[in-house]
Amino acid sequence: MGASFFFGAAKVIMTAIDILDLEKKYTTGFWKKKPKQALSPLRMQVEQGEIFGFLGPNGAGKTTTLKLLMGLIFPTSGTARILGMELSDPKMKAQIGFLPEQPYFYDYLTARELLHYYGRLSGMDAKGLSNKITTMLDRVGLGDAAGVQLRKFSKGMLQRAGIAQAILHDPKVVFLDEPMSGLDPMGRREVRDLIEQLKHEGKTVFFSTHILADAEALCDRVAVLHKGELRGVGAIADLTSSVHGRVELVWQGTTIPDALRALSTECRLAGETVRAIVPEENQDTALEIIRRERMRLVSVTPVRASLEDYFVARLKSDAASAGVQS
Amino acid sequence: MNGRIFQIASNTFREAVRDRVLYNLIAFALLMSGAAVLVGQISIDIERLVVINLGLTAISLFGTVIAIFVGIGLVSKEIDKRTLYTVLSRPVQRWEFIVGKFLGLAGTLTVNTFFMAIGVFASLLYVSHRLHRADGWVLAALYFIILQFLITTALALLFSSFSSPLMSAVFAFSLFVIGSFAEDLRGFAAMTGGLTKWLATGAAYLVPNFSALNVISSVAHQQPVSGHLILYNTAYAVVYSAMVLCGGILIFQHRNLK
Repeated sequence: MGASFFFGAAKVIMTAIDILDLEKKYTTGFWKKKPKQALSPLRMQVEQGEIFGFLGPNGAGKTTTLKLLMGLIFPTSGTARILGMELSDPKMKAQIGFLPEQPYFYDYLTARELLHYYGRLSGMDAKGLSNKITTMLDRVGLGDAAGVQLRKFSKGMLQRAGIAQAILHDPKVVFLDEPMSGLDPMGRREVRDLIEQLKHEGKTVFFSTHILADAEALCDRVAVLHKGELRGVGAIADLTSSVHGRVELVWQGTTIPDALRALSTECRLAGETVRAIVPEENQDTALEIIRRERMRLVSVTPVRASLEDYFVARLKSDAASAGVQS
Repeated sequence: MNGRIFQIASNTFREAVRDRVLYNLIAFALLMSGAAVLVGQISIDIERLVVINLGLTAISLFGTVIAIFVGIGLVSKEIDKRTLYTVLSRPVQRWEFIVGKFLGLAGTLTVNTFFMAIGVFASLLYVSHRLHRADGWVLAALYFIILQFLITTALALLFSSFSSPLMSAVFAFSLFVIGSFAEDLRGFAAMTGGLTKWLATGAAYLVPNFSALNVISSVAHQQPVSGHLILYNTAYAVVYSAMVLCGGILIFQHRNLK
């Protein structure tokens, strides 16, 4: 169970999402049923008030996890608690918001009618709902399209309507499945800003994405999922520190010695300056070559590993261990 | 009614209206006005009989087609388009969703039947120049037609909760046809013996008894409908629909949404 602490009479729940060995297997095939592991037992926690990124390539199990948490599919084993409550608890569902991947809504409704419907389903009082809807539509940039049927909306506008329905009822935990997909750069920026606003309002945001730049820009912590298995979870700085470091060497010269080219992962000549990225363990050898060739060293700068480096490193190590096994 | 069920039912009704389901009223209005003018010219003393038979049969068929073809999409369409995701991630129980959908379509069919009934009475007035006391029994026949829609909608929803739209349509339409001959099936069961008798009796009582709900011919011939039959048919339709709905809910309750 999630970490719940008691301070006198007041109960302070620190864990927003507590996933306890949640597992999902499907059976495929008509006659000969074959089990397919969509999600291996997953155990992790998301703290209240954090932006948590759920990363993985397509088919990693991100949407399966979200569907399990939303009660849309049932786990083969394990359980989870959100805000300390069971997944089937309607009280818990009144406190969460969910944006599915590539959302599709009732296209015969206008944006205002859609939000009214979802607001009422979430238990919002009819009184004052109209004003809240107007504010929300303005917030997501759909103020001018309030009376337009959703069948006339572009993909980006649908995504905005989806975000509006997910946060209209002021939920404590917001689940967003690929919230930036299908958006233009401006739209992505706006969604990023909105997610940050939600954090400032004290909400917990759990969002899945395969766009690592978005996660790197927003998340306090991330989890990496691959082939239904959790490969890593933690703060981005902690995860990337586990990736072997690299250094950027800059020197003056018009040629790149073959020995240096062999050591570098990246090597570029621009005018009379050469930039090379070498793995940390090759730094001394590379500097020795520069000295030997009597070239003038300009700088040596450590290169911070990005989330992408970590991600690629994890996937490569998986592929390597799979190769060894086979 | 529970607020969430009411919202789902209202939305289902609104969907039917905006998807132009009620446009069938135009076809019905054309049919009734054409029939009223035609029988007024060619038939002698049977205008009333023809208008009631034609009108009520058309109401029954139009409504059944809507109940089946809209009913089979009530759940499957929401799953295919994933609109259900944003509904069930709210404090909405799965049974509330099914009941809301059922009531929404049942409401649509009742409104549809109401407007068609106005058409039938207008045609009756046109051919007979005045309404007779016996025409009141047409209301009982219309009530039975609505009961028939409740059962058909529940069946379409049941099949929709676990099967593809095409198969759901085949199942629901087959049951509608078999149910229309339920009395004949019971008669056949009574005439046979042994295992056949048991199987035929079981099937006769399992399929919906639509023949008991069909009093179109007798009201057209000005025969009254007994209070006992009204009570029996009401209880039968309510219990049968409720049982079918419970079956649908039980299946849907454990279904993984793709």
